[in-house]
Formats: sequence, structure tokens, C-alpha cells
Amino acid sequence: MSDNTNNDVSYVRTEFLEPSEPPMAVGGPVKWIKDNLFSSWFNSILTVIALYFIIRIAVGVYPWFANSVWGTDGLAACREILDGATGACFSILQERWNQMLFGFYPSEEYWRPIVGLILLAVAAAPVLFWTLPRQLLYFTGIYPFLAYWLVYGGSIWFPILLLVALCLSYLAYARFVKSSFVGAIAVFIIAFSVLMLNPLGGLLSLVSFVATQLSQLLGGGDVTVDLIIGDRRLSDLMPLFGYLQGWLDGSFLGLALPEVTTRDVGGFMLNMILGTICVSLSIPLGIVLALGRQSNLPVIKGFCVIFIEFIRGVPLITLLFVANVMLAYFFPAESNPDLILRVIIMITMFSAAYIAEVIRGGLAALPRGQYEAGDSLGLDYPQSMRLIILPQALKISIPGIVNVAVGLFKDTTLVSVISMFDLVGIIRGPILGSTQWTGIYWEVFGFAALLFFVVCYGISQYSQWLERQLATDHR
Amino acid sequence: MSTTTDPGTEGGFRLSQLIYDTRYRSTTFQVIAVAVLAYCLYQLYGNARQNFADADLNISWLFLWEPAGYDINQRPIEYNSQSTHLRASIVGAINTIIVAVLACISATVIGVFAGVARLSNNWIVSKMMSAYVEAFRNVPVLIWILIIFLAMSNAFPQPRAFRGETPDAEMLWGMFAFTNRGVYVPSFVNDGAMATIFWLVILASIVGVFAYRRYAKKLLYDTGRLLPTGWPSLAILIVPGLLAYFILGQPVGLENPELKGFNFQGGVHLRLSLIALWFALAIYTGAFIAENVRAGIQAISKGQTEAAASLGLRPGRIMNLVVLPQALRVIIPPLISQYLNITKNSSLAIAVGYMDITGTLGGITLNQTGRAIECVLLLMLFYLCVSLLISFFMNIYNNAMKLKER
Repeated sequence: MSDNTNNDVSYVRTEFLEPSEPPMAVGGPVKWIKDNLFSSWFNSILTVIALYFIIRIAVGVYPWFANSVWGTDGLAACREILDGATGACFSILQERWNQMLFGFYPSEEYWRPIVGLILLAVAAAPVLFWTLPRQLLYFTGIYPFLAYWLVYGGSIWFPILLLVALCLSYLAYARFVKSSFVGAIAVFIIAFSVLMLNPLGGLLSLVSFVATQLSQLLGGGDVTVDLIIGDRRLSDLMPLFGYLQGWLDGSFLGLALPEVTTRDVGGFMLNMILGTICVSLSIPLGIVLALGRQSNLPVIKGFCVIFIEFIRGVPLITLLFVANVMLAYFFPAESNPDLILRVIIMITMFSAAYIAEVIRGGLAALPRGQYEAGDSLGLDYPQSMRLIILPQALKISIPGIVNVAVGLFKDTTLVSVISMFDLVGIIRGPILGSTQWTGIYWEVFGFAALLFFVVCYGISQYSQWLERQLATDHR
Repeated sequence: MSTTTDPGTEGGFRLSQLIYDTRYRSTTFQVIAVAVLAYCLYQLYGNARQNFADADLNISWLFLWEPAGYDINQRPIEYNSQSTHLRASIVGAINTIIVAVLACISATVIGVFAGVARLSNNWIVSKMMSAYVEAFRNVPVLIWILIIFLAMSNAFPQPRAFRGETPDAEMLWGMFAFTNRGVYVPSFVNDGAMATIFWLVILASIVGVFAYRRYAKKLLYDTGRLLPTGWPSLAILIVPGLLAYFILGQPVGLENPELKGFNFQGGVHLRLSLIALWFALAIYTGAFIAENVRAGIQAISKGQTEAAASLGLRPGRIMNLVVLPQALRVIIPPLISQYLNITKNSSLAIAVGYMDITGTLGGITLNQTGRAIECVLLLMLFYLCVSLLISFFMNIYNNAMKLKER
């Protein structure tokens, strides 16, 4: 056989030819265009129509960007420069950039929310990507207190004491959780309220009230039930927390940042604050509601069903109205809670109801065998939920929860309706209302839309990535 | 389960049984839950009572029968500023329903179109639809409402631009006028009893189309004979109406809007606030519906299509008879929640000054009377009732379409 490769046989090639390119019609861009754009007469018509629209849009938008004006101090100056031509007036973004991002936050303090945002990335990272070292989660635990102090300023002792109280209560909880979960939760609540509030005093005034009503029913006078310690009544006693904070504030004031009133915290920062706080608060609440709705205790189930269906049946705006005009009546007269606190309460309830429905779907999707496996191992309800059911149900629910989170983040713009200065509120109020910028809208609303698009699209891409990571079943 | 953990009762009842005995435990927990709930409610009630006493407020519904004293620009029923607050709320409620129904219908059309187009094998069309869906799903609807409203009120000419020998703006086909005060479209002018008969004929022919299709289907199932449905349906729809129109002496005409003085008269005036809200809600929710439709069609396994093809069905028939009926079952439940979302999002009308119930009852009435709690409660009650009604009817439809398992 090797003889045949001899060089003197001149009509047999000794080396391979390079394969030639396939004909244009069966490969390359021509085939791609033929297959994807002009495969049938109907497709060809569609392609032509679509191209027409794209060209129309491009022709309309291009001069708007190409002639854009930067660096003027008003719309009138922009129009003067443009002289009748189409063009964007992007100077507004230059001039109002800070206002759109930070609202009326004092400009010399801008570093605080920026540091807060960078730290948010650090704090969120271990939650979002679980390959990162778990020790970072400690920072995630500290972050809310740090961020509160950074953004709103004031004494650092308030968040620190709150953190200490929570940690102490958690230690008490961890001491008891082995023997009984419910008991440990009760210990946690008692420890925390003893440190933070004055629950004993509140209970005593309730007893006094009932006793007074009863005694008036029987024709008697007022009854007061109270403990007297030294020369003070227990129901008036200030909690430990207040004493400590007062003492620490008096002794070490060095760590106080200038306070920023909540009205001044606005712009896109306010959307971010509302979004992150409400989503993170509503996930635990949503889990509790979902478990309550699955419960076979009729009272608890009934309460959860009514709560969830009521919240899901009304628009967020009406709940914000509640926060704006109604909720303050239900707080103690002297507490006078801030508007943003009331808004956070209502938005959290709102998204908790939606998250509860998502998690309920996850719970229902688990096969019965998982519940029965928990029972057969001798686990009680909290144990089997924590160790068997919830880890699986939450994994199934993650895409739904992210959807709710994206929706909630978009819905934070509704606070502009109750005249809070979030991004949309800032644009509609101070920017469009100012004399030099009145009449401008595409530039600012386009910018706002772009900001929301970047964040929401990023979150949904993360969710899709997560779904692929979590897909442990075999397909 | 209770038999294995039964501790035996010969020792009598012990207090610890309340927690450790499964027979009593659930009762114990529920009693505790009720007690905690009652305590919280008591606290809230006490606070509210105290605050009301301090501010000298009370709860009263009498304000609903007082004259409202404000005008509403879109009045589907008789209303003037001397009407009561209750009537203002009803006008607002009807306006809410108007925009919600319009938006639901258009969002479904847009969504189905975009969802099917996104699955098209035409690269450019499917990419365009992906861009549309992503752009609208990831930006708050409030921003879209405001952009569309401001863009229309700035881009459309003033009514006076239509005047003069060489006007700056012209009406579309002499029938539609797009101005910055709103869009004017022709309205029907009915001419007495003949017009009523004409509309009845139209109604009858619509019913007739359905009846004919039903008959054709029955014939097909009973005898296997296939009647054509396309052309006969069209004929039933058009021919009787045309005949009636000319026999009855053209009883129905169109009234075109006309520029009189500073404004257009005649026709129907659609305000920009209504159009912006309608358009924004439709196009925003359409993006979500498109995703539902796409997911529904993709949920049908390819084997179904192939089975239908191997039975010799044509592509159109495969879509209509095999894929769509199955996809509908997947699509309808999320569609219900999208309709609910539209109804709830229509409360954003307040941002563009459309007088829906949030604008009347929750806006001007609330501010004028100061009856915040009553107004907000009524507002919530209204939306709750509408939501429950929509889910009730859509669930009936869903049950009718559902796979009947035997």
C-alpha cells in the first residue's frame, strides 16, 4: 500500500486539499438571513414591516441624541442652542443629578449614602452567592444597623444598643431552642421586650383597665393595679434601653454623625431604601403567613387567609393612603411615628401577602412524602419545617420571590403619590415645577426609566442564573 | 396518630397535657393566638379611641349625602357639583371600571400578539418582541403613565392649530382630531325607533354567528360533515346589518367632531388622562401577558404538535384544535391575576388627574371632608369587591376550560 504514495505517481495528490467554502446559498450569512428572515412570504412581509419600524424609530431618535445639549442652566438656553432642531437637553441630568439620586440630602454628607451603597454590595454578596465565605454573613447581620446610622445619622449608640439587645435575646433563644422552639421564641420575645420596652407595665395597665370596667359595672370606682418599686410605679418606669442610651450619649458623643431628617432622604436612594428594607422584612413575615395558611388550626388559618386575601385585593395606593392619613391614629398618642416608618410598615405587609402566596405554592408543590418523612423521624412541627420542608419549599419559591421583589421595587415609586420625594416625586415636584426646567420630560423620565431598568433587569438575570444553579433535579 | 401518643387518662387531667397532649395542644395554641390577637387589637383600638378623643374626631358616614361641590370632567352618569359625595364616588367607580375594561381588552390583544410573535421563527420579530417585553416589565408603570401623558400633551397640537385657511394640523380622515386637550372621535347619532331596530339586528347577527358556529361543530361531531365557517360567519355578520341599514332608511349616522370657537364640539371627547392611563396600562400589562402566553404555548409538549401533524392536520388546525386549547389552561390562571393587577393599577389615575374612584373618593372628597378613615375604608372595600368579583367570574371560566379528569 505504501508504494502508492510514491512521488513518481504524478496524478495522485500527496497532500489534502483545504476544504472549500460551502456555496453561499447553504451556509454563512446568506443562509442565516434566508432561514431566519425570509423563510416564507409571510415571514418576509413581517421582516419588512419590522425593519420599517426599526428604521423609523432610529431616524426619529438619532438626531435627538446626536444634537443633545450639555452644560446649559435651563431649558430656554437649550432651545436657543438647538435653534428649532430636534435634540435632547441633557444639561438637566448634569444639574439635577445629585437631586435625582439623593433628594434633598445635604450635599456635604453625600459620602454617607455612597459608603452605605458600597457596603450594601458587600452585605448582600454572601446572601446572593453562597460560594463566598460564610463569615461575611456576620457583616450582613451588622449592616442594617450600620446603614441606618450612616444614612440618618445621629448617635451611634441607638443602633449599637439595638444590636446588642437583639444579640442578647438571640443568645437566650439559642439556649432554649434545643428543648422547645416555641418556648425559645417566647424567651426571645420576652428578653427583647424587657430590654427594649416595658411590657410588664403595659400588661399592668391592661389589668387595671379591665378591673376598672368590671368595678364600674358593679358600681365601684376606678381600680389601679401596679407595682411600686422605691418611689416609682412600674407602669411609668423607663426601659433599661433608654437609660443606657441616655448615659452613653451623655458620656461619649464623639461618634455622632449630623442627623438628617427623613424628609431630606429622597431620590433614587429612597426607592433603594424602601425596596431593600421591605423585601428583607417581608420574606420572614411571608413565611410565617404561608405556614399559617397551611396550618390545620382553624383560627390561625382563618386569620392568615383573611389577611392575605384582603391585602391582595386592594391596590398599594390605598395602603399608602392608610399609612399617610390613618395609621398614625393607631399608634400611642405620644409616639408620633415618622411617615417613612408608616410607609415601610404598609409596604412590608403588602409584599408579605404576595410572598406568602408564592411560598404557599412552594409548600404545596412538595410531595406529601416529605411531610410524612418528617413525622416518621419523630420531628415535631417546628423541627420538620425548619429542617425538611422549608429548605425545599423556599428553593422552589425563589423565582417567584424575586418576581415579587422586582415588582415591589417598581412599586416604591407610588410613594410619590403621597408626596414623598422619591425619584418620581423629585421629578414631578421640584424638577418639573422649577421655572428653568418646566416643559422637559423625555430626558428626566427616560433617565428614571433607565435607572429602574438596570436594577430590575439585573435582578431578574440573577434570578435566572440562580434557577439554573438550584436545578438539582435531572432533566 | 393520636392513638400512639395517647398518654392514658387514668391519672386524671394534668396541666402539662395542654401542651404535650395532641388532643388539647391545638386548642391551647389557638386560645393563645386569639388572646394575643385580642390584646393587639385592644391596644390599637385603645390608641385610636384616645387619639380620636384628643383630636375631637368621630366616625360618621353622613358626609356621603352632603353636596360634593367639585366638578368631574368625565361623567358617564348625570353629575354636577351640587350632587352628593356618594354620587361623586359612584361616578369615580364607573370611570375606574371603564378604564379597567378598556385596558384589559387591549392588554390581552397586545399580550397574545407579542407572546406569539416572540415565538416566531423570524429572528428580527422575536428579538423586537423580547426588547418590548423586557423594556416594559422592568420599568415602573407609573413612569410609563407619566411619560405617555406628558408626551401626548406636548406632542399634540392645540385645538386652535386646526383653524384657518392653511391650518397647522389636520384631522385624520376628517373624523379624528388629536389635540392636547384630548382625542375627539365621531359618535353615533341615532334616529328614533328605526335606530333601535337597526342595533337589534346587529346584535341578532352577532348571536347568529355564534349559533351557526355551534351548529357547524355539532354537525361535525354528529355526522362528520364539515361546513365552512369563515365566509358564512362574515356574511351573517355583515349582510343583515347592511340590508337593515338601507331598508330602514339610514337611521344611524356618524357625527364628526367640529371646531367651534376655541374647542371641538360634537363626537366623543376622550381625555388625554384616560388615553394615557389606558394605553400605559395596556402596553405595560401586555408585556406580562406576553410572557404568560409564551410560557403557556411552550408548556405544550412538542409531541402534541407532532401527533396532530401525523394525523394529517394542517398547521392552522394544529394551532386551533390541539395547541391553543391546551395552552389556554396554562394561560388563564395568570391572566386572571393580570386582570386584577390592571384593576388595581388603574388607581394610578390619580397621577394624571383621571377622575376614577381614587381621584374622587380617595382624593378630593377625602381632602374636602377630612373624613380620612371613612374614605379610605370605602375605597378599600370597593377594590376588594371588584377583585373578588373578577376572580369569581374568571374562576368559573377557568373551571369550564379546565381539563376534565375522569
